[in-house]
Amino acid sequence: MSSIMTHAPALVIAFPLLAAFLVPVVSRLNKKILGIFVAVVLGFTLLITLLMAVRILPGNPLIYVFGGSEAGLTLPSGYTVPIRIIFHIDSMGIFMGLITAIVSFLGAIYSIAFMDKHSGLEKYYALLLLLATGMFGMEFTGDIFNFFVFLEIASIASVALIAFRSNLSGEPAEAGFKYMVVSSISALMVLFAVGLFYGQYDVLNMATIASVMKFTQLDKIALILLVTVLAMKAGSVPMHMWTPDAYSEAPASITMILVAASQASLYALFRIIFSLYNITLNTITIGWIIIILGLLSMFIGVTMAIIQKDIKRLMAYHAVSQTGYMLLGVGVGIAVLANPIALETFGIKAMEGGIFHIMNHAMYKGLLFLTAGALFYRTGTRNLNKMGGLGNNMIYTAIFFIIGAAAIAGIPPFNGFASKLIIYESVFQFNPLLSIIAMLVSILTLASFVKVFHSAFLGPKMEQYKDVKEVPKSMLFAMGALACIIVLFGLFPDLVVKYIVHPAVMALINQSSYTAVILGGM
Amino acid sequence: MIGNFPYLAVALLIGLGIYTLIYKRNLIKIAIGITLIENGVNLFLITLGYRKGAIAPIFTQAPEGLKMVLPTPQALTLTSIVIGVATTALILSVAMIIFKKYGTLDTDEVRRLKE
Amino acid sequence: MNIGLLETGSGNWNAIIWLIMFIIIGISAIWIRSHGEDQYKKNTDQTKPFLSGNREISKEDSHVGASHIYWGFTEALKRYYKPMVALHTGNINDYSGWIILVMAIIFIIVGVS
Repeated sequence: MSSIMTHAPALVIAFPLLAAFLVPVVSRLNKKILGIFVAVVLGFTLLITLLMAVRILPGNPLIYVFGGSEAGLTLPSGYTVPIRIIFHIDSMGIFMGLITAIVSFLGAIYSIAFMDKHSGLEKYYALLLLLATGMFGMEFTGDIFNFFVFLEIASIASVALIAFRSNLSGEPAEAGFKYMVVSSISALMVLFAVGLFYGQYDVLNMATIASVMKFTQLDKIALILLVTVLAMKAGSVPMHMWTPDAYSEAPASITMILVAASQASLYALFRIIFSLYNITLNTITIGWIIIILGLLSMFIGVTMAIIQKDIKRLMAYHAVSQTGYMLLGVGVGIAVLANPIALETFGIKAMEGGIFHIMNHAMYKGLLFLTAGALFYRTGTRNLNKMGGLGNNMIYTAIFFIIGAAAIAGIPPFNGFASKLIIYESVFQFNPLLSIIAMLVSILTLASFVKVFHSAFLGPKMEQYKDVKEVPKSMLFAMGALACIIVLFGLFPDLVVKYIVHPAVMALINQSSYTAVILGGM
Repeated sequence: MIGNFPYLAVALLIGLGIYTLIYKRNLIKIAIGITLIENGVNLFLITLGYRKGAIAPIFTQAPEGLKMVLPTPQALTLTSIVIGVATTALILSVAMIIFKKYGTLDTDEVRRLKE
Repeated sequence: MNIGLLETGSGNWNAIIWLIMFIIIGISAIWIRSHGEDQYKKNTDQTKPFLSGNREISKEDSHVGASHIYWGFTEALKRYYKPMVALHTGNINDYSGWIILVMAIIFIIVGVS
């Protein structure tokens, strides 16, 4: 058991990666068990992630040195800097890892029934496992070049998955092309910043760079490059225009996993600002830049969402808007990072709100995309003008949609209300205007989901949808699991904040705890 | 003797790549622009490891008393070149599918997904 | 009742007490409503929906489509929506243009301060 715990970081990457290359072999033997095989592998990964979370969240980070003589030996004899690739999982990393594990497992279960009419499924499942590997690597790594490699793995896998349905019409290929251009620019700029760090400090390990960081002009350039491109990968305005295209054309289970991939880029942005730089940078400037990006994302995202006719484009604009909430919460935390009194009073609370919102958003946005996928599976269209009266036939889908829509609008007792309340109350103490704009955006969010519910589910039964039945059981299981998590997190938010979110926030703020684990010579 | 000339070349390559991405309207030219940026960043990584008057970082039968250039950026660049091959292959095949479905490669026509 | 109590730094929120109060108030509302008048005359105008005096053509025709639901809202905010929708061109050159523009603006801001 303890040897599983020592090697768990490598197992979490190795299982999906090896399974991705075994999928074509398994599909040669028996085509029907592909989905179940992938779901079992991802379920195993979820189990290992949960075991790691139980150990890491109380405050013991986990180190894994690839190629070292033992797993925790960061400084071999005679060396003063770590020379190998190190996976450094602290509370914030395992927080994101939990989100990725849950979302990819439920995506694989949903795909068992959703993709059953497609051919070429071995390519789909192999790419899904590669995407999961890329996301896990992005969240667990402690080495900045390794982060670039996993970022590229995730981007390339997701481009191929977005363009998966391009046999009938050309729009998925167009969305895939746009996403590829945008993510190539961002990955190459990340590599340029890695080169800037290496040229000055001669090390690639994030904790070591953090301990020798002097904030020179070149470091400023690297910071600006990283902030811009990682905010773009997370989908913040004004660089958000790839988000509606990519999220609407991908299959519904892949959209749910893409949302988690965007959150992984957001996690990398926070990791770089908090653990690489911390208070050496000018926190008020960077904090206000992130707050302005967050405000623009919230407002423009939701106002563009109200006028959409396509159900998944509408939900994708809402994903942009909710990313604004996370940027707002953590931006307020950055702006008061150098001010210990304000940090104690409302800074930590604002960051808790923002980071709690990341997990809540992955859950309810995933549920909403899965219900949109269920509607597409039964009716064959994503256009809201053509749908109507489906609530008579698809009762479970309607109930799950109500739970997801109430959670995203911030209605008690679901989890969206808990995290939004924390953001409103702490951001109000920083600057009242920001909180007022956030509340306005919440009202418009509710308005657009009332529109979707009315057009798709309410109304009399339409002629062409007479024979529409409920969706198959595996899709219902995935949606039901997410709905259970939403209700549980809504009823017991204090347990989630105390045991999962607060350790993550403290791991981000204390840079010394991040560097001491590697350089203290474990 | 070399001075700062490689860094000038890097700035030129990345600038030309960004110009191609913003102003050229053919999808294949956009793919070439991405390749230009990638070549610029690879050149930047290799140049970082250069030390004046040093030899290649190979230990077998190395002459005595000479420094070696840093080998780590060369490993980083190799990884980046391989990733660049995969990226270029994928982006060109997606462009082929777009040409088959839309009949044109002009970015002003390939925008059915707007607003 | 400490198990569900979330402290937000300037107040408390308890979802379980909210749920219990919702159920109590809901049950009392339904009980009060059940003591009302429950007779109605069938097959007269009392059972038809009121559409501002217009005739109802059919049930399927009265379903307002998705593009027409918020007509008043979008019409009132037309001066904001027209340039905003025009900015979302869908052209890949514009996507790269926005990234470089935002990078340049942040360069200037961080460089000056």
